[in-house]
Amino acid sequence: MALEMTNSIPVALMTHIDGYVYPNEQHLLWSVLIVVYPYVTGLVAGAFIMASLVRVFNVRELEPVYRLSLLTSFAFLLVAPLPLLFHLGHPERSLQVMITPHLSSPMAMFGFVYTWYIMAVLLLELWFDYRKDFVEWSKTETGIKGVIYRLFTVGVNDLSERSLRLDARLAKGITIIGIPSAFLLHGYVGFIFGSIKANPWWGNVLMPIIFIFSAIVSGIALCVFVYMTMCWIRRVAADDHCLDAMGKFLFYALVVDFAIEVLDWVHRLYEAEESVHVLKQLASGKLFYTLLVVQVCLGTLVPFLLLGATQLFQKAIAMAVRRRIYFTSALLIMVGVLAMRWNVVIGGQLFSKSLRGFTTYKMELGGQEGWLVSLLLMLLPFVILWVCVKLFLPARPALAENAAAASAVVSRV
Amino acid sequence: MRTHFTRRNALHGLMGALGGVFTLSAARAAKAAVQKVFVSTQAPKGYDPTQHKWLMALDIEQCIGCGLCVEACKTENHVPKGSSYFRTWIERYIIKRPRPGSSEARGETLVDSPNGGMDGFPPALVPREEILKSFFVPKLCNLCAHSPCVQACPVGATFDTPDGVVLVDPNYCIGCGFCIQACPYGCRFMNPETKTAEKCTLCYHRITRGLKPACVEVCPTEARIFGDLKNPVADDPIQKFIEKNKLQSLKPHLGTEPRVMYAGMDKEVR
Repeated sequence: MALEMTNSIPVALMTHIDGYVYPNEQHLLWSVLIVVYPYVTGLVAGAFIMASLVRVFNVRELEPVYRLSLLTSFAFLLVAPLPLLFHLGHPERSLQVMITPHLSSPMAMFGFVYTWYIMAVLLLELWFDYRKDFVEWSKTETGIKGVIYRLFTVGVNDLSERSLRLDARLAKGITIIGIPSAFLLHGYVGFIFGSIKANPWWGNVLMPIIFIFSAIVSGIALCVFVYMTMCWIRRVAADDHCLDAMGKFLFYALVVDFAIEVLDWVHRLYEAEESVHVLKQLASGKLFYTLLVVQVCLGTLVPFLLLGATQLFQKAIAMAVRRRIYFTSALLIMVGVLAMRWNVVIGGQLFSKSLRGFTTYKMELGGQEGWLVSLLLMLLPFVILWVCVKLFLPARPALAENAAAASAVVSRV
Repeated sequence: MRTHFTRRNALHGLMGALGGVFTLSAARAAKAAVQKVFVSTQAPKGYDPTQHKWLMALDIEQCIGCGLCVEACKTENHVPKGSSYFRTWIERYIIKRPRPGSSEARGETLVDSPNGGMDGFPPALVPREEILKSFFVPKLCNLCAHSPCVQACPVGATFDTPDGVVLVDPNYCIGCGFCIQACPYGCRFMNPETKTAEKCTLCYHRITRGLKPACVEVCPTEARIFGDLKNPVADDPIQKFIEKNKLQSLKPHLGTEPRVMYAGMDKEVR
């Protein structure tokens, strides 16, 4: 038992060390907050890719979730910088990352990538997509809602055929820019870990690609979850074609993601560098439950089999069963990808860079780095999303028809 | 005159604002690059870093693991108490004899560093006859020529000085910990009081005033050799040490090019 200063609150910590770790490595530096950060960022990128399937690739079955996935992406993007900010030793200096960025540091790119993504991609796309509705709603709605809609029109009330077509074309252009931007947003998060050559668990050229594909998988799963939950809350039937299409894309994305992660392991085991022994011990010991049980079995293999079955025997499986399969798989995948982030971030700090031993990590409950804060940060996007859905995705038939008409315009462009 | 609010105007305004944001940050980045040269260190006024090149080398054969250097460092630099904050520490390596009948040349390697070696080392738990060899390795910042920590810092708060030291500006560090993850040698830690990254400075406040680093000053066996490559003195210890010994550095395969050199280092040392 050692009395240590953690977040300036003295906490009695039991740090169990196996073998030898460098003295400065005994306590984990990046805790559960840094697990939440890549998870949330991944959901942002994934949900956006999901939306772009409609706009760029004209997957018309997915139209019912187009706006929902954009709003989901937006809600999570608002929360994405918070775990990073809370984790900083000096959050009040955080703006230095943008004012005086050190250009050789991948972390210095965060401010730019984030700003680009929210300002130039998501907000613009949402605005062009919603402009017509804002104008119409601002005429019909009164009270606070009316004021909000009027504010969002930014004074542009032109609803001529020509200007609507321009809206749709611009929005499509932005989505085309948005796809590489989403890859950049999450690929860069992968690069933060992948560029650490000091850490053999992280320093890996495949890391950004693994991050991108796991992001796409988790983002589509999130959209399935949000869409089905929203329909359930509103007591309306979910669009079956849309669910089948989402299930299909979820399955394909999962296959690619799984294949790349398997390639990573095959490569590591075959090359068998100096660090392979410590990594094998890590996977089969400290990370047994989170890596092998949750990430690989529950988060990948089970949804792989479930979704695979719906692809192979779609006709034989009743829609009611398929719905349950999609929902269960989506939840399992979301948990699995969270476990993957945990395994990367926490796993990478559990072994010593001397490759001679392991330390332990025990999550705290309270405090800046405790799991309560992380839980709140995970719930916050859903609250934001709920507000967004209330404001921008009305259940009332008249407005819903408008929205449907709008996305019909989208798909014609 | 009434302003016409058209989409074209709105877009122009938006583009202008975006352009402004990006040019402004580029200009600020340039300014930061200039500022970096003038960043505050603990050197006295009039000290010219371009006239020196400091270096430390370690003689493993000489180290007796007394821990005085660790204690001196903690005291001199107000390093936080506790067994997980060290700017320098000592590792004890015990290499066991191979098991009888084994084809290995050397047996298992055991490493420990209780409290960073500050209080010396308790007797080894391995029976004497099983030990092939045992030695102590003092560790400190490796003063890399291509420091991954400097590369990783998102705000340039950690930097190479022209006289060969890697420093952290505690007034600019945002406490993200990326440099700590980037250091392959575990030489950095997060100071729980200042909440900034901290590391060995070669006692910059001392060496820039003509003194030796605290650890070098107290070492009873001259296991730590320190000097200025640009201003060799008569019978210069570091020059002699470099000429006399076969030298190695830690984890050379990572390409960090550590400037700190070790004499008499075994292959087990990482």
